[in-house]
Amino acid sequence: MSTFQYYRPQRFEELWQLMVEYNNAFSLLAGGTDLLVRLRKGRTNSRALIDIKGLQELHGGIQEINGGLRVGALALMGDLVDDARMQQHFPALVEAMKWVGSTQIRNRATLTGNICNASPAADTAPALLVYGARVNILGSLGERTLSLEDFFLAPGRSALNPHEIVQSIDLSYPETPNGSSFLRLTRRRGFDLATVSVACLLIPEAGRIRFGLGAVAPTPLLVIDGSGVLTQTESAQVAKESALAKLAERATPISDVRASKEYRQAMLFALMSKAQHIASERLNQSRS
Amino acid sequence: MIEKTITVTVNGEVHTRTVKVHRTLLEFIREDLYLTGTKEGCNEGECGGCTILFDGKPLNSCMMLAMEADGHDILTVEGLEKDGKLHPLQEAFIEVGAVQCGFCTPGMLLSAKACLDEFPDASEDRIRKEIEGNICRCTGYNRIVQAIQVAAEKMRQDTLIVNKP
Repeated sequence: MSTFQYYRPQRFEELWQLMVEYNNAFSLLAGGTDLLVRLRKGRTNSRALIDIKGLQELHGGIQEINGGLRVGALALMGDLVDDARMQQHFPALVEAMKWVGSTQIRNRATLTGNICNASPAADTAPALLVYGARVNILGSLGERTLSLEDFFLAPGRSALNPHEIVQSIDLSYPETPNGSSFLRLTRRRGFDLATVSVACLLIPEAGRIRFGLGAVAPTPLLVIDGSGVLTQTESAQVAKESALAKLAERATPISDVRASKEYRQAMLFALMSKAQHIASERLNQSRS
Repeated sequence: MIEKTITVTVNGEVHTRTVKVHRTLLEFIREDLYLTGTKEGCNEGECGGCTILFDGKPLNSCMMLAMEADGHDILTVEGLEKDGKLHPLQEAFIEVGAVQCGFCTPGMLLSAKACLDEFPDASEDRIRKEIEGNICRCTGYNRIVQAIQVAAEKMRQDTLIVNKP
């Protein structure tokens, strides 16, 4: 492995100093499940690893805040999937996290790390988008909050400034009744990067449906239809399909090693229909 | 700092060592402590050959720095045997024939132990889910799952005997 310096600050002051000292040539280390592979393959120019696990403030776990949950930066996916509140209010997110890696990976990987990598195929991003996640950012100059949609800028690039970190992610409980689901297409079962992924949140009383789309655009994408066409059972099939197709058109997939552009477009539409179907079945179950 | 002194408990024994900061936990275990039961396979978190129990939870030791283990408790396959007696999982793996080439076995045993520690009555589905991060290219997994079920039964019996008034 390439050589680097290793630091484990205990206070934010030390963290900001290190970030200034190493300018852009550092990486923050939380779970390290992506970072260590990149380091070994020489795919990073970091001269320093700054291990943020010494910062007690980031170990908040899962806290109840007004009307929702706050997930601390170091909360592990393995702990989040076992949390009853997460399962009850954010089932699509729990399903998405279950897809991530293996037991060993989920015991180390953080939800925050998954979004900070800003991969267009990040497994948790579509579900976080449909639930309207907000990202709480801390820097030497103060705090700010961004919607997750505004957080993703380009493949591998987030809105974080060089001297900022994510301290937590906020999730508001969605309006009830609602139904949500997550689907992911991969080349094989078991761990693989998503070819296409889709999360769906259906809120019939608002006439609204939200889809989070993964691996079909430069960033994870949120598309919303508020017309009611997709939430009313009495809508004509043709109208539903055309509304869904219109949403799917917002995606701009590319061809790569996992799939062609055309295959992704076709599968995206199929997954969106299926995700909507599952979400509405769950909604009906919760009502009966 | 390029080197740092860390203290790690491995299989109940406390080790204090000065380690290069870029050393992975796997390298530390194999090359500094000479515990070569933990295997290097893919070195990128896919195969599970390097699985250890870290504070009781299965993790890939190839995806961590030795630095990150400072102050933590680690169990490797060498720590499963107690007083010259194999762990029920090890006995069951032999009995059922769950070992072929043997390369995945140390990691598989530790994932299986973590599974049974948390779910003593684990269903077959649960067992298969909990060992999803350990790849075996010989057995087709059936014998491994059977062995874990045999060990689970044995461990439940042992608990009953211990708990008898």
